[in-house]
Amino acid sequence: MNPNYLDFEQPIAELEAKIEELRYVGDDTEINIGEEISKLEEKSRTLTKNIFAKLGAWQTSKLARHPMRPYTLDYVDRIFTDFQELHGDRTYADDAALVGGIARLEGMPVMVIGHQKGRDTKENIRRNFGMPRPEGYRKALRLMKMAERFRIPILTFIDTPGAYPGIGAEERGQSEAIARNLFVMADLKTPIICTVIGEGGSGGALAIGVGDRVMMLEYSTYSVISPEGCASILWKSADKAEDAAEAMGITAKILKERGLIDQVIREPLGSAHRDIDATARNIKQALVDALESFEKIGLERLLEMRYERLTSFGDFLEQEAS
Amino acid sequence: MSWFEKLMPTRIRTDVTNKGAVPEGLWTKCTSCSAVLYRAELERNQDVCPKCNQHMRIFGRRRLDLFLDEAGREEIAANLMPVDKYKFKDSKKYKDRLSVAQKNTGEKDALITIKGKVKGVDVVAVAFDFRFMGGSMGSVVGEKFVRAANVALKENIPLICFSASGGARMQEALFSLMQMSKTSAALAKLARNRIPYISILTDPTMGGVSASFAMLGDVHIAEPKALIGFAGPRVIEQTVREQLPEGFQRSEFLLEHGAIDMIVDRRDLRDRVSSLCLMLSNRPAVQVVN
Repeated sequence: MNPNYLDFEQPIAELEAKIEELRYVGDDTEINIGEEISKLEEKSRTLTKNIFAKLGAWQTSKLARHPMRPYTLDYVDRIFTDFQELHGDRTYADDAALVGGIARLEGMPVMVIGHQKGRDTKENIRRNFGMPRPEGYRKALRLMKMAERFRIPILTFIDTPGAYPGIGAEERGQSEAIARNLFVMADLKTPIICTVIGEGGSGGALAIGVGDRVMMLEYSTYSVISPEGCASILWKSADKAEDAAEAMGITAKILKERGLIDQVIREPLGSAHRDIDATARNIKQALVDALESFEKIGLERLLEMRYERLTSFGDFLEQEAS
Repeated sequence: MSWFEKLMPTRIRTDVTNKGAVPEGLWTKCTSCSAVLYRAELERNQDVCPKCNQHMRIFGRRRLDLFLDEAGREEIAANLMPVDKYKFKDSKKYKDRLSVAQKNTGEKDALITIKGKVKGVDVVAVAFDFRFMGGSMGSVVGEKFVRAANVALKENIPLICFSASGGARMQEALFSLMQMSKTSAALAKLARNRIPYISILTDPTMGGVSASFAMLGDVHIAEPKALIGFAGPRVIEQTVREQLPEGFQRSEFLLEHGAIDMIVDRRDLRDRVSSLCLMLSNRPAVQVVN
């Protein structure tokens, strides 16, 4: 089994291996097998398309957590110029699970804030697998308030399993740190655009997820609790994670249908990690378009719309007063 | 009849069939010190154990009944009902869980919202019923909270919240997470308009409720020994693989770490909160004759 491919992608992996083999053989012999190769490549594309066309919530969740999936800093390099990382919450520590800094988007200064996972074990330990502690949220808050003061739009990138459940995190007020961000972001006098690029895990995701537009990459997920967590509480067994993922409806497509997010950003064939540059271009286009539309609306109206939008979420029935 | 019972004169024999004549629930056990307590006496004591001062859990409507003056109560948004639009089903159907909770509590959902007075001071007070699916926050809880906040804003009176919740309601999936930003946005508006908001944290206040409006008060008050935190103790223990310190995530721990302003005995809440409300609204102290 090829570890670069997920279980449901194995047929693609086999086909790709065959193509690779043919290429290798082709180099040695004089027989022209180019035609054969391109035929197989076409077949591989169709197969990939077919498999990706009917992905379930659980399979999507595996893609969102794929070890090769691009993280915030992978996109920052490709979307922005002049990025300068800013560190620390000025109170306790610098949280490497949540990065931020100032950069330019097509020349315009923006504040970039995002969760950051590690690529290998060593980096993952340093970045705590992308699970922020209170100081991470407080650093984000500091940068957001700075952006407001200098009238710079805020662009956040969400990719976290959730806030870190640790002793120190509780001692330093995890709840308050998350709550404070929700409170401040609801009212921050600068445009905010939030993009879910991988895992949108619960309160840890929402703490940088309140804004004027919420977008999701096609194969990212956003949920109130991880499928495993939900399964172990409601089904009393973490093995039911697949059922939980389906029941909660955590994919971009479903959340768009339910009106909980504003936009789905297309990923290239085979998902983001197969072509990071193309994914970055799609995100960049969406960000530029959104900022342009906000320009037309004006800040005052934008803030009113943000409040209306935030307070409109909910499904309930109102009975006639008897 | 055993030989021993036969020996006993009839008048000291207990009639076994008559056992059920003692009414159920007349006596109750303290959840902390296990003292056997007379139910009526305990109720008069607002469910605080007279032996060990344990603050036992009390729920939604009774909580507000004890807190508010009798006169001038008006319920807000009492007609909101939860819906199961996306037919959520785990080991049980969400719809069935809702009807069981509604039947057991007599409430439509987990939050009760009432406009009233505390020692003569006008307030809007909201309280969770923890028995209703663990006081979990779904769309109805979020909407009722916002409507209560809007009444406070319109009438220019303080908002008081008694939280007791396990967190967001998973059965409502991402809608429940969005209630966190929804309620926080409403509180940001209150703050902008200088309306005092007092958050009273009771046992237990966890997860999404703790990480939104429960931790956004101008003043945070906790009842003694209440469990308050973001992640549940079991989850933390599994993650860090070490034993949690004594008293972890209890009110006293939070006070020590600077997360709350004070711990107040349940029976003093009316005094303390009404006084705070008056001072924060810059009004003179008033004597109310009840």
